[in-house]
Amino acid sequence: MSVGKNEPRRDGPAKLTGRALYLDDLDIPGCWHGATVRSSVPHGRIKSIGFEPGFPWDECVVVTAQDIPGKNVVALIEPDQPLLADGIVRHREEAVVLVAHADRATAYEAAKRVKIEYEPLPPVFDMERSDKTFKSFLIQRGDLDAGFAAADVVVEGEYRTPSQEQAYIENNAVAAYEENGVLIVTGSLQCPYYVLKALKHIFNRDESGIRVVQTVTGGGFGGKEEYPSMIAGHAALLALKAGRPVKIVYDRHEDMAATTKRHPSIVRHRTGLTKDGRLVAQDIEVVMDGGAYATLSAVVLSRGTLHAAGAYECPNVRVRSKVVMTHTPPNGAFRGFGAPQTLFAVELHWEKIAAALGIDSLTLRRRNIFKLGSTTATGQRLLESVGASECLEKTVKRSKYASKRREYDRWNKNKANPSWRGIGLAVCHHGAGFTGSGEVYLASRAGVALTRNGELIVLAASTEIGQGTNTMFAQVAADALGAPAAWFSVETPDTHKVPDSGPTVASRTCMVVGGLVSRAARELKRAFQTEYGRVPKTAADLKKAAAALCAGAPARRFEVQYEKPPEVAWDDAAYRGDAYGVYSYAAITVDLEIDKLTYETRVRRVTTAQDIGKAINPLLAEGQIIGGSTQGLGWALLEEPIFKDGVMVNSQLTNYVIPTSLDAPPFDVILVEKPYSRGPFGAKGVGELPMDVPGPAVAAAVLHATGRLIPTLPHTPERIAEALK
Amino acid sequence: MIMLTVNGRKRSFDGAPFKRLIDALREDFKLTGTKEGCGEGECGACTVLLDDEPVNSCLIAICQVEGRAVETVESLGAPEKLSRLQAGFLACGGAQCGICTPGMLMTAHAHLKSGGKADDRSVRAAISGNLCRCTGYQDIVKSVIAAAKGRRK
Ligand code: FES
Ligand code: FES
Repeated sequence: MSVGKNEPRRDGPAKLTGRALYLDDLDIPGCWHGATVRSSVPHGRIKSIGFEPGFPWDECVVVTAQDIPGKNVVALIEPDQPLLADGIVRHREEAVVLVAHADRATAYEAAKRVKIEYEPLPPVFDMERSDKTFKSFLIQRGDLDAGFAAADVVVEGEYRTPSQEQAYIENNAVAAYEENGVLIVTGSLQCPYYVLKALKHIFNRDESGIRVVQTVTGGGFGGKEEYPSMIAGHAALLALKAGRPVKIVYDRHEDMAATTKRHPSIVRHRTGLTKDGRLVAQDIEVVMDGGAYATLSAVVLSRGTLHAAGAYECPNVRVRSKVVMTHTPPNGAFRGFGAPQTLFAVELHWEKIAAALGIDSLTLRRRNIFKLGSTTATGQRLLESVGASECLEKTVKRSKYASKRREYDRWNKNKANPSWRGIGLAVCHHGAGFTGSGEVYLASRAGVALTRNGELIVLAASTEIGQGTNTMFAQVAADALGAPAAWFSVETPDTHKVPDSGPTVASRTCMVVGGLVSRAARELKRAFQTEYGRVPKTAADLKKAAAALCAGAPARRFEVQYEKPPEVAWDDAAYRGDAYGVYSYAAITVDLEIDKLTYETRVRRVTTAQDIGKAINPLLAEGQIIGGSTQGLGWALLEEPIFKDGVMVNSQLTNYVIPTSLDAPPFDVILVEKPYSRGPFGAKGVGELPMDVPGPAVAAAVLHATGRLIPTLPHTPERIAEALK
Repeated sequence: MIMLTVNGRKRSFDGAPFKRLIDALREDFKLTGTKEGCGEGECGACTVLLDDEPVNSCLIAICQVEGRAVETVESLGAPEKLSRLQAGFLACGGAQCGICTPGMLMTAHAHLKSGGKADDRSVRAAISGNLCRCTGYQDIVKSVIAAAKGRRK
């Protein structure tokens, strides 16, 4: 068995020796460099585009919206976002003109010498003032009025979360060229088939005329889900016009200022409880800032909405949500995908309720938390794999939460101490896979190929972006077949080689696509058994078996398609039913200390138990948990994109601060494995859950330390000082 | 003409004297293991050793390197024969997306080579100029400590 073992990661040796080739490392003969001219106003009409005289424009290739052969749109959900602004710009840093030159510096210089004049139009930056809603949702359960009538107390709260930059260390980078009439686009990206879809519309070509290939990718976290489609379109336009390869590699400032970030949010809670702390009514309102174009906002809002009531059972619930337009660069996918925002609110709200009722938040959580058989706000009955309580209890015990609370109460009473100390708690759920009926629409395919020489190759479009996908796929395929993991390689995501297994998002790679890979490997196993009499045991035997199964053909593919589990039922119109096949669960305690002079927070220790069904590779799973939760701590304490006139002004790693090795605390991780019958070997999702929990736990710990509930992230020294004034 | 040693070999460079070291390494010497994350001395992805000291190669002009010795990630092990430090990273989960890894390895390599301590606090301090967005650092720290312990054995 390979599943459950810490197989060393497949891509490790190449990455550790500098041999792994990221986009900018590729030596593409004759490749030019592309640069982007971006809008300098948040909203305006383009009056003219001018080219400064005296510059060698004849050495450059220049592209505007007029050069687009097909539709001027980056096709995703709504066809509203142009590839290049034409007539109107709707946010700062919107792409208007492209230039390419043989020399990188000259290309950037050329971009500076394109002068665009605008007639300014009024911008909207405040999401509460926007009059354009991209999408709204309504969830209703029970009878809200009756619930509030039965409540002994009603507690209200408003919570705000900021944007967040993914800050992958490899900036966006894409190259394009044409070869034998096929447009080839290669780059740092999460979703090759999203790029393909966008390019089909831009170039009026079908999939045989476009090939999208992922290169080694230096981190994504959602940030390379959609925006690479834009850059791919740009690079391809330049390459086709120049008649040679062109690559576009963003610098840090450009990447931060122009590309998608986490949606800022405002969440309001009105909660009714009995005096012994049972939830009887939750009325929740969510507003998210989508930025200038719809992009993925509807799906981000959906996930935020479906998680807004938290991992607790309440008979009467209403969640109203909307995502609106503002004149800022579009917000998009970032690990957690809307859930960290709404979960921050519902979790921190427990502290407010605790104060109102005089019952501590741990006890309140214990009274209301999801158990086997609980029903969610959408009416979903949780019939298996519910590890919420176990995560909570294990975290509380391991971190000595109760005794630490008392110890820090004493510490904080002593005025002579140089710091305040606190420990805070949070428990979250996170739906694995696409929302609602999303997986049905996706109809993902994945497979396993057997070549006649006996090579076994996993075929999926799911991308390795650092999480360990390739290693995990090989482990799953090997165990499903009953063969060593070393027999399997994983094909590069290439739209001319692998089937569309859907995007690498939504904690779906392991559970959904891993499940497909496992099924395909089982089909191969059946073929070995029926056509060869057995599953081969040795490498020599595999060669013979392969020759028999391929019967002269170069290879045989075993491909399967997603099938909805029959027990999962979802009504998209009413927003009721089984929102996700299953949920993962996590609890966390954050133990921290605030300096009384500087108001700086130091996280002393994090303890977290996470129920992910089954850890296919525990080392990789822990890597996701520690890495994801560190991003959550960054969001909670350090990271704040500052916007001025619709543009991020701190778009550098010097002034947008992410955690360093000295900021990151020691982590104590407990893996909880409540298997899910539909996941491969019981596995559920793991990628995003770790991002959900730190925010509210930090705020609860700051409350414990200082006595102030600060409902807005991040808890920077300035914000804490302000709250203590 | 600028003369320098790169990974133990004498090399000459006769391009623009103010070309950034990172660009000379990547473009002229075809050593693309050194990565650029920010270009302004903030992320450490471009870390190389200059006469055994870790430096950000995005902040150094090639002319400053005249007569000196540069070591990049390519000077450590090969995929089939990883150095002990690289093997530590592989065993302990020190690399995820891998883009920070070459710089991280060079910083850790310099730390251990100069007799730096292999405990949690010292390693964290040593690598504090190298940003990693994937790992949360704990497994990187473990990797370095494991490699150092292996060396003493
Ligand atoms: S690229 Fe040199 S420090 Fe970031
Ligand atoms: S492994 Fe991805 S940035 Fe460090």
